[in-house]
Order: sequence, then C-alpha cells, then structure tokens
Amino acid sequence: MTIRKSTAMIAAITMLAVGACAKKAPDTLPPAPEGTGDTGNNTGTGVVPGSQEDFLASVGAMGDRVFFDYDQYNVDAQDQATLQTQSQWLQRNPAVRVTLEGHADERGTRDYNIALGERRANAAKNYLASLGIDPSRINVISYGKERPAELGSTEEAYAKNRRAVTVVIGQ
Amino acid sequence: MLRPITFSLALLLTTAPVLAQTAPTPPAVTPTEPRETIEGTLSQDRTVIGIPPLATASVQTVAGLRTDSLGRQIAEVIAADLERSGLYEPIGPNGVPAITRAEVQAPRFAEWQARNAENVVHGFVDAGSNGSLIVGCYLYDTALGSELVRKGFEIQPGDWRRAAHKCADAIYSRLSGEAPFFDSRVAYIAESGPKGNRIKRLAIMDSDGGNHRFITNGQALAISPRFSPDYKKIVYVSYLNNRVRVFIYDVASGSQKLVTESANATFAPRWSPDGTQILYSMAVNGNTDIYRISANGGTPVRLTNTPGIDVGGSFSPDGRKIVFESDRSGGQQVYTMNIDGSNQQRISFGGGRAATPEWSPRGDLIAFTRMGGGEFRIGVMTPSGSGVRMLTNSWQDEAPTWSPNGRVIQFFRTSPGREGKSSLWQVDLTGVNMRRLPTPQDGSDPSWGPVLP
Repeated sequence: MTIRKSTAMIAAITMLAVGACAKKAPDTLPPAPEGTGDTGNNTGTGVVPGSQEDFLASVGAMGDRVFFDYDQYNVDAQDQATLQTQSQWLQRNPAVRVTLEGHADERGTRDYNIALGERRANAAKNYLASLGIDPSRINVISYGKERPAELGSTEEAYAKNRRAVTVVIGQ
Repeated sequence: MLRPITFSLALLLTTAPVLAQTAPTPPAVTPTEPRETIEGTLSQDRTVIGIPPLATASVQTVAGLRTDSLGRQIAEVIAADLERSGLYEPIGPNGVPAITRAEVQAPRFAEWQARNAENVVHGFVDAGSNGSLIVGCYLYDTALGSELVRKGFEIQPGDWRRAAHKCADAIYSRLSGEAPFFDSRVAYIAESGPKGNRIKRLAIMDSDGGNHRFITNGQALAISPRFSPDYKKIVYVSYLNNRVRVFIYDVASGSQKLVTESANATFAPRWSPDGTQILYSMAVNGNTDIYRISANGGTPVRLTNTPGIDVGGSFSPDGRKIVFESDRSGGQQVYTMNIDGSNQQRISFGGGRAATPEWSPRGDLIAFTRMGGGEFRIGVMTPSGSGVRMLTNSWQDEAPTWSPNGRVIQFFRTSPGREGKSSLWQVDLTGVNMRRLPTPQDGSDPSWGPVLP
C-alpha cells in the first residue's frame, strides 16, 4: 500500500515536472539576436524545431496572421512584412507544411464569406510562394465567418477577424 | 364580428406556449421546451374556426397511442397550423366541448355560430385494420350549414402528425385558395456553444418544428443544407477532416458521399427542382465559380467564368434558369443565367448589396438578402429585378427559403455582440405574421422542401 502510493506519487510528480517544462519552455527562451531570428538549433530548450510553438516563437511580434480591409484580399506592406518573417522560418524548416486559414468578419453572407476567406488565404499563400516557398507546402482552408477570433460586433473586432492565419500542420 | 386581438391571443395561450405580441426581443429558447413567438401585426380580420378534439368511435390503444388522446393532439396540430398561417383564429381544441362520433357529420351549427365561428372542423380517429389508424376531417361553413371539404387517411400511428398537417392543408387551401404547405419538412443547422467555436449540426424537422431529428453529431462543422425534392437526401457542406466539401447524405441509410472529388473547396450546394442535378460553388486558387453536376456524379459543367466570386444559385421551378450572386461588378449582386451558363444578366440594382437569391416555387419572385447600412434584411423582387419589397427589418436576417406554395419565407436571424445567437424565423410574403420557429437549440440555414405526396 505504502509502496504503491509512493510510486504513484513519484509518477505524478514526474508528469507534473514534464508538463510544466513543456509548457513553460517558450517563456524562458532567450531573446533571439536582433535581425537574425532564431537559428533553428534550439533543441534542448523544450521547443521542437519545426513545431507550431517554434513557429510562434520565431515570428514573435510579427505574428502568425495578416489582416485585411472589409471585403478586400490584397496583401499590403504590413502583411508583406509579416509574411516575410514567416517565410524566413519556413525556409529554415523546409520539411514543414502549413495551413493558411482564411477568415471573414460577420458582415457577409455565409457562402460569400467562404469564398472571401478562400481569396484571403490564397493571397497570403501566393505572397509566400513569391518569396520562394514551395506552394505545395501550403494547404488552404476558408472558415468564412464560422470561427471569429474576436466575438464582438464592433469595427475593432471585425478588423481582427478579417484574417489569414498560418498554422503549422507538421513535417 | 371581430374579436379584440388580445382576447384571441389569450385564448391561444392554451395551445401555443408563448405569444409575445409586442415584445421586441424574443425570450430565450430553452432546449427542453421549444417556444414560438410572434412579432409584427396579425391580420385583424382572421376567420374564426372552431376545432374541437377529433372524436373516436371507441377508445382503443394502437401502438401505445389512445385514439381519444390522438384526437385531441391532431386537433391541436391542425389549430396550430391554421393559427400560424396568420389567416385564421382557431377556437379549440381546448376550451370547447368535445363532440361525439355521430356529430362529426352532423355538426351543431347554431352552437358554433354562437361562438362566432364562421367555420368548424370536425374529425375522427378510429382504429383501422393491421394496427393502422383511420383519420378523417371535415370542414363546414356554419352559416350555410354545408360541408366545404373532407379528407380521410389510413396511416401508421407514427404518422399521425402528417395526417394533421394534411387536414390543415386541405382546410387552408379550401378557405384561402392557395396551394398547401403545412405537410412539408425543413432541413437546417442546429447551433450551440460559444460564438468563437460554434457546434453546428445538420438537423431536420417538420414545417412546424415537430418530429425534430439531429443528423450529424457536431464533430465536423456542418452548413448550408438542402433537402432533395423527394426528401430522401440532403446535400450540405461538411468540414470533415478539415476540408470544405459538399456531401450528399442519404436519410434512410445514414451514409454520405462526396458530390465530386476535388482538391479544391466545394460549397453552397443546391438541387435542381427534379432532383437530378446539383449546383455547387468551387474555389480554385481563390477564385470561386459555379458548377453543375449530375446528382449521380460524372463530369461537372462550369457555368461561370469571371475573375470575381460567383457563388450560390437557385433553379427556377421550370428548371430552365438559375439565379445566383456575383461580385463581378464590385459588390455582391444578383444575376440570372440559363442552365448552360449563357445569357448572364444582373438583375439587382441600387440600395446596397444583394445576396443569397432563392427562386420562389411559384416562379414569380426571387427572395434575397439585402445588405446595407450594416444590416441584413430579407426582400423579394421579380425575376427581372423589379418590384423590390423588403419584408424584414432587423440587425441580420439572412438566407431566405420558400414555403412550398411560395406564400411564406423562412430565414435565420442573428443577434449582435459576444453572445450573438441565430434563430429561425418565418414571415408572410406580405411582410406580416413574423414568427420565430421552435427549435431545441439555436438555428440557421433553413431549407424548406416541397409538400409531401
């Protein structure tokens, strides 16, 4: 009884430690050197190279998404900067595949918004391709207005919902 | 003689759970107790119809159902159907005297006249042979003392609601001169969960919300269903395996298959009136066009060919034309074309954007969603784009679908904000008699099918 209990506790403690380690790792990453981004040689920090976590840590404040104007799908200068940052990570991780999720705000009808999300995701995909990323690595899906990131019905919320989000799906 | 509207509604409280005549916001729908609400104005000259419980020759239990209890339930469904049409003011079955089996064909006309009933519905439920039920219903004119219409059905006990709808249809058609529509079904999307991660399930029900059934379990997003004209199949979009694809679901077997094999997203499916063809939209490298394919598969035919978004579509009832939406002119507008894609013409002009066109089963009108000033409203116009009339005025009313007789339009209404929800509504072609449909959860994307044979 005592032995069993202590074994169980050790197992629990180990699991907690592993869990805590994996979760906290991104927060304890040293800041990447200015201008170079991380090198991808970050094994040992808890972040798996080529993972979604690695991607998010790498793109940092530039973020995993680009935003669009109402009923528009053009990639503007700010979007280009974001996608350039993403493309650097994609070039360092050539085996990684990603999905570009296209979204619309709720001020469009359902079917049209799926078509609009397709336009936005493809616009982002095409820009990444123009930077040398093999388009066959990029999957596209439109959620239309089905999955808003911001739930309010305000201009601020709409602006954040008109987006194309890059998501790592594996190697 | 006219009765005050408040009095007639108070009477109806016995059959309809909630009637909010003036409340701008419908009360919350609880999952266990579907409710119905009315807003807008009811016609002030509704015909009063007496509807006592259907009689029975002898009380028998068939498949666990008592014939006398069924007589009351069938009368309740008939009364609810007629009331929902907005044209009639039923009295009964609660609060009126029961009738004898012999009375069914010999009504006490004077007594019903004394209740101000211009018409009276009598009927019976008797046990038939081999576990069936015989349901009969009669419509009388109380002033003339004459029979106007009668219907009789031998049914399986589980189909008793259909018998009630058929009776209501016969009464409605005889009195209004319009084609029937109660005995029909609706496919829609049941919604639950938080706004940012809605669970959306394919569901079906009778036109009054009865016989509700969930089809999909909600693991994959389901949107935009359409019943096939024979009700045997439902075409819809599923996000199964994180792809956007059109499936044909077989109601009897529960199996489903892809409309077409493609690496591209396919969505916005619609049946042709004869059920042999399916329209769908497909996005290729971000450009969406409309395609037509045999319901049995084969090679799709591309119907549109512009750089813009061409999406959706609805066949004219004769199957010769298609109305669809396109943003080729800048914003979404409504266009018509022949079924081979030729002769594409814009028909909607002025006053914002126009989307989700649906051709009336009568062929005379096209219902659509008008977008402007931050709001969506339901409107109708002729197939040439003239005679635009707006029927609703709310924050977001979207995606009209026609009753089989082209007299009523269902749509879904979304409320704004973080707790925004969707619900199913219907409104008369005249813009009055606005009602919320009872559904166990929130609802969107209604698709109304034809009258059952």
